[in-house]
Amino acid sequence: MAEIANPRFLRPVTAADADIGQAITFDKPLTLDCGKTLSPVTVAYMTYGRLNAARSNTVLICHALTMDQFVASAHPVTGKPGWWEDMVGPGKPIDTDRFFVVCANVLGGCMGTTGPAEVNPATSKPYGLDFPVVTIRDMVRAQAMLLDALGIETVMCVIGGSMGGMQVLQWAATFPDRVVSAIPIACAARHSAQNIAFHEVGRQAIMADPDWKGGTYQLHGTQPAKGLAVARMAAHITYLSEIALQRKFGRNLQGREHISFGFEPDFQVESYLRYQGMTFVDRFDANAYLYITRAMDYFDLAAEHDGRLADAFQGSKARFCIISFTSDWLFPTSENKLVAHALNASTATVSFVEIKTDRGHDAFLLDEPEMYATVRGFVSSVATSVGA
Amino acid sequence: MTLRSDLAAIAEMIPRGSRVLDVGCGDGALLEHLIRTKAVDGRGIELSQQNVNACVARGLSVMQGDADTDLNDYPTAAFDVAILSQTIQATFAPRDVLNQLLRIGRRTVISLPNFGHWRVRLSLLVNGRMPRTKALEFQWYDTPNIHLCTIADFVCLAQETDAVIERALAVGESGQTREMHAEAWGPNLFADGAIFLLKRRTADGDRTSPSAVS
Repeated sequence: MAEIANPRFLRPVTAADADIGQAITFDKPLTLDCGKTLSPVTVAYMTYGRLNAARSNTVLICHALTMDQFVASAHPVTGKPGWWEDMVGPGKPIDTDRFFVVCANVLGGCMGTTGPAEVNPATSKPYGLDFPVVTIRDMVRAQAMLLDALGIETVMCVIGGSMGGMQVLQWAATFPDRVVSAIPIACAARHSAQNIAFHEVGRQAIMADPDWKGGTYQLHGTQPAKGLAVARMAAHITYLSEIALQRKFGRNLQGREHISFGFEPDFQVESYLRYQGMTFVDRFDANAYLYITRAMDYFDLAAEHDGRLADAFQGSKARFCIISFTSDWLFPTSENKLVAHALNASTATVSFVEIKTDRGHDAFLLDEPEMYATVRGFVSSVATSVGA
Repeated sequence: MTLRSDLAAIAEMIPRGSRVLDVGCGDGALLEHLIRTKAVDGRGIELSQQNVNACVARGLSVMQGDADTDLNDYPTAAFDVAILSQTIQATFAPRDVLNQLLRIGRRTVISLPNFGHWRVRLSLLVNGRMPRTKALEFQWYDTPNIHLCTIADFVCLAQETDAVIERALAVGESGQTREMHAEAWGPNLFADGAIFLLKRRTADGDRTSPSAVS
């Protein structure tokens, strides 16, 4: 195991004074769900706040599909603010004056943690499709290795939305003794057929791009930017809601008085999606997108327990607070409630909150005062109970 | 914080260390009291987002949900006691809700406002308008209390749903309680509300052991 001062990112660090965080490389091989082993494994991460003497105040944040460890500080590649700055920081619902916050880039990612864009020691070339398929549980195992290295045995709270929420559930199921409380937001215990379908559209867009070159594009100095952008555009629609799209864009035209009778982006919504796609490829790796979406598709917590979800949480003493959003059609309230019912049927204690919003799945990343109030109240009551 | 006296009367009915589901738990005052003073394993269901947040901040386990639709998700006899405090009159289908409670809880505690009180009766007689009381001061068109009943009405429903009334308390204006005969005419005229301790009549007779329903 070696602490390396600087995580290496696929894209150049452009934000001059950015905190690029830390990384630890583990020589001990990580055995994955697919049966293969991965070695060495590097985990890049950020921390905020200070670990207390009792080591009882850790909040582990699990990030979503296209997020990363830069939760509450500027992204070193894009220079944009952290993706959860309203949630995490001094005096915020996850108060960094009080708690030690850890967020690691997921296994298979492209912000410093080992993923398909990293060099395969066996070939001295980027892994590409030689990278083993990883699962949500593999991601969680890598995070557990990081916490071991940081000397943190129990986590006061594991929190995350979307794929982050899947990791939260997996944490509670895989390491019941290490989790005091868990906040899965806008997620599910399994990826639905519709969600797998959307992911497949995205993957096919990437693989149909001639620049993808069977996943070896790095060797050719190219990237399947068009395919990745289309994947992002399609996915982005699923993060919003019909009503939010209509309110934001309607049929408004973009920079013109009349429709063009052509295929230029006439409508604002087209222009918006193209921009989302374009900026995404500047910070994300196409193969990483394939691998991480696959990990979500494979997620089915009940399957590990003969189809009985309640059994996944047997033995968990964690307190859960599940949060869903009324207009989220990617991870609808019904999916979140299934988790809540499974927890109710086991010995775990669970609260469930459904936040009224028309902003769709993305609501967990947006300014939602009720969500902040829920998280603040829950986390501080847990903190009080453990004396953190 | 002192507990509202009708809630204190409910709390008094709850056995120490039991598993309790409080349906319509509000801001969680009763649940918190039961956990602190009776070491119960307490869960709640509450419709209002604001109240759920208040409960979560208190460290309680509360599901945001609706008594009319969500009780079906709970296993039979999952709780020692199911509580429905000042909520049945706001449900869409009180009879179904009562049946669900009798199924989920080995015992059920229900408190309700009494629309048979003489002031309510007099108000309708004298004013000819739908009565508004201190506790329920809504207009007929905006009230969430869509199924108000009298003590006699509820006793009737209990009989129809195979519930056995084990205890009945009359609740006075300031929340003070006293034992009553559920079928007597007096409380239905003079009590502001009532609290009932119920259990389900089992198929093979009226057994008293709670384990009979497991």
